[in-house]
Amino acid sequence: MSNEKHGSDRDDELLKFPSWHNIIPPIFFLVVGPVVTLLAIGGVWYYFSPKFTDVGYMPEQPVHYSHKLHAGELKIDCRYCHTAVEKTPWAGVPPTQTCMNCHNAVKTKSPKLEMVRQSWKTGESIPWVRVHKIADYAYFDHSAHVQVGVGCESCHGRIDQMVEVWQSQPLSMGWCLECHNAPEQHLRPKDKVTVMGYTPSPGDKERIATEVNPPIHCSGCHR
Amino acid sequence: MAAQSKNAASVFPPPLVAGNHTFTSVTETVCGVVEKKPNVNWLLALMLSASIMAVLGGSVAYLFWEGTGIWGLNNPVGWGWAIVNFVFWVGIGHAGTLISAILFLFRQKWRTAINRFAEAMTIFAVICALVFPGIHVGRVWAAYWMLPLPNQMGMWPNFRSPLLWDVFAVSTYFTVSLIFWYVGLIPDLATLRDRAKGKIGYWAYGLFAVGWRGAASHWNNYERAYLLFAGLATPLVLSVHTIVSFDFAVSIIPGWHTTIFPPYFVAGAIFSGFAMVCTLAVPCRKLFGLEDFMTVRHIENMNKVILLTGTLVGYAYSTEFFIAWYSGSVYEGFAFVNRAFGPFAWAYWIMISCNVITPQFFWSKKIRTSMAWTFVMSIFVNIGMWFERFVIVATLHRDYTPSAWGYYTPTIFDISTFIGSFGLFFFLFILFLKFLPAIAIAEIKAVMPQADPHWEGYHKHEESTHG
Repeated sequence: MSNEKHGSDRDDELLKFPSWHNIIPPIFFLVVGPVVTLLAIGGVWYYFSPKFTDVGYMPEQPVHYSHKLHAGELKIDCRYCHTAVEKTPWAGVPPTQTCMNCHNAVKTKSPKLEMVRQSWKTGESIPWVRVHKIADYAYFDHSAHVQVGVGCESCHGRIDQMVEVWQSQPLSMGWCLECHNAPEQHLRPKDKVTVMGYTPSPGDKERIATEVNPPIHCSGCHR
Repeated sequence: MAAQSKNAASVFPPPLVAGNHTFTSVTETVCGVVEKKPNVNWLLALMLSASIMAVLGGSVAYLFWEGTGIWGLNNPVGWGWAIVNFVFWVGIGHAGTLISAILFLFRQKWRTAINRFAEAMTIFAVICALVFPGIHVGRVWAAYWMLPLPNQMGMWPNFRSPLLWDVFAVSTYFTVSLIFWYVGLIPDLATLRDRAKGKIGYWAYGLFAVGWRGAASHWNNYERAYLLFAGLATPLVLSVHTIVSFDFAVSIIPGWHTTIFPPYFVAGAIFSGFAMVCTLAVPCRKLFGLEDFMTVRHIENMNKVILLTGTLVGYAYSTEFFIAWYSGSVYEGFAFVNRAFGPFAWAYWIMISCNVITPQFFWSKKIRTSMAWTFVMSIFVNIGMWFERFVIVATLHRDYTPSAWGYYTPTIFDISTFIGSFGLFFFLFILFLKFLPAIAIAEIKAVMPQADPHWEGYHKHEESTHG
C-alpha cells in the first residue's frame, strides 16, 4: 500500500506518523477510556451525592440556641420541645411559649434572648431555619419511625453535642434503604428512642428483626 | 452484465465485479467518490436531510419541554409510536450484521460489495432506534437510570424486566457493530490516507488508520480480528431482535404472549433490513457509479433473501391465527380476529399486502433483477414492516374490560418525530457516502475475477465472454 521500507528512522521523517504514535491507540482505548469512564461514574456517585453535598449543612439560626447546653448538659428530653414527634409526621419546632416556660424565670435579662422576648411580646414566630430537609416526593413520618424504635440520634446525630445543629446524615434514598433493608442493625427498644450514645443490649437485634417490617417498595415513601 | 447474456451465464453466475476492472481502477472508482468535490445533488440531499433532521430536533425539544402528553398515547394504548419506531429501526439494522457477519462465516463472497454499506446502515439505524427509548422516558434527565450505575439512591433497574434486557442487547449490538465496521474500514482508511492530497484528510484518515501499512503481519492480525468479530456479531443477529420481541412476548397481553415472537421478529428484522439495503443500494449504485461492484447479481441475491424472510413472516402471521384458534383461548382468539377485522383492520391489511404479497413478486426473475421493481418493492416492504410493529402495539386498544376500550390516533408530534428520524438516518448516511469508502476496497479485490489464479488476462476474458 504505502512504503516498502518501514520501521527505519528515515521512514519516520518521511511519514508524518512516526512509529511512537503506535502506542497512542492502546493507551487511549485501554487506559484513558476506561479510566475516564470510571472516574466519571465514581465522581458523580461521590460528589453528586447528598453525603458530599448536604452533610455538614449548618445554617445560622436567628437565636443562638445551644442544643449542647439544653439537651446535653441540662438533659431536657427531646420531646419536651418537639412534642408532636410521637403522634404526627412532624416533630415540630416549639413555639416561643415553650422557651418562656423557663425563660420568664431564668436569664430574663440575657441579651441573647432578646428576640425570644420580642416574639413573646408581639406574638410573631421566631424565624427558625430548617436544617433537615427531604424532597417533597418522599413521604416521611416521624411518629412511624419513633414508634418502632428509630433513635433520634440515628438520623440527627449527637444533637446533645451540637452547639448549633448541623446535618450529620446524608438523608439520601440509599441511606434510608440501609435501615429499611436491615432495621435490626439500627433500631432500639422504644423506651430508648431519645437516648444519646445508645449501645445495644444483647438480644435486642433478634427481637427487633422479628417485630419490625419496614416497607421497601416504591410507594412506601413515594406515595 | 456482459457475461449474463451468453450461454456461460447459465452454468456460472455472473462475476462479482463487472466491467473488466483492474485493481487500480477499483481503488480509483471507490476512492473517487470520496475524493472528488461534492456535487450539487449531494449537497442538496445533505441539506434536505439536515432540514428533516431539524424537524426531529424541534419535536424532541418540544417533547422535553412539554412531556410525552404531546404524543397520542392514551389509556389503554400506553405504548405508541416511540416503541413502534424503535423496533422498526432496530429491525432494519439486522441486515447489515447478517451480511457482514453471517454471510462472512458462510463464505458468501457476494457480501463483499455491500457489507460496508449495509453495516453503515446498521449503525445509523441503531442510532435512530436508540433515540426513541432515550426520549420516551418523560423525565429525560433520568434516562441514565436505564443503565445499572451505582447511585446514592441505592436504586437499580429491574433485572427481571425485558425492557432492561433490551438496553443491554441494543447497546451491545451497537458497540459490536461499530467496532466491526471500524475494523473492516482500517485498510481502506489507510488507502485514503496514502492518497490524501490535503493535510486534514491525511491526518484524519491517518489517525483512524492506526498505522496500517499493509504489512503481512497486519493482514494476519486483521483477518483474525475480523473473523473473531464476525463470530461475536453472529449470535447478535439472532439475540437482539429476540430480546426486542420479549418486550412484548414476556408480558401477558393476548396477542403478544406467544412463543413464536422471537423467530418471527428475527425473520421480520432481516426482511426489513434487506429491504432497506435495497432501498439505499439501488439509487446509490447509480448516483455514485458503483454499478460494477453492486451488480444485478447482488441485488438479486438480496431480493431472494427478502422473498425467503417475507414468506417466513407470512407463515408466522398465519401461525399466530392458527394457534389463537387451536389454543382455545377466547381472549387470544378475539385479539387476532379483532386485529384483522377490528378498528385497526386497515393497518393489518396494509401490513399483509406489503409484507406477504409484495415479496412473492420476487419469484419472477424478471422482477427481482429489475432495479425499478426492486426499489418500489423495497419501499413497500419498509412500509409493511413499520405497520407490522404498529399493528402489534395497537393490540392494546382492546383492553381486558370493554369499558376501557379505546383507539389510537397519532398527533402531529408522533408523525414529525418519526419523519425526523429519517432525516437523522439519511443525514448520517449521506455523510458516510462522501467521507468513507462505500465499498470495502481491499476485500472486493479478492473476489474479482482478476484475483483468480486461473485468470487468463483481460484479452482472454474479453474473448470468452463476448466471443
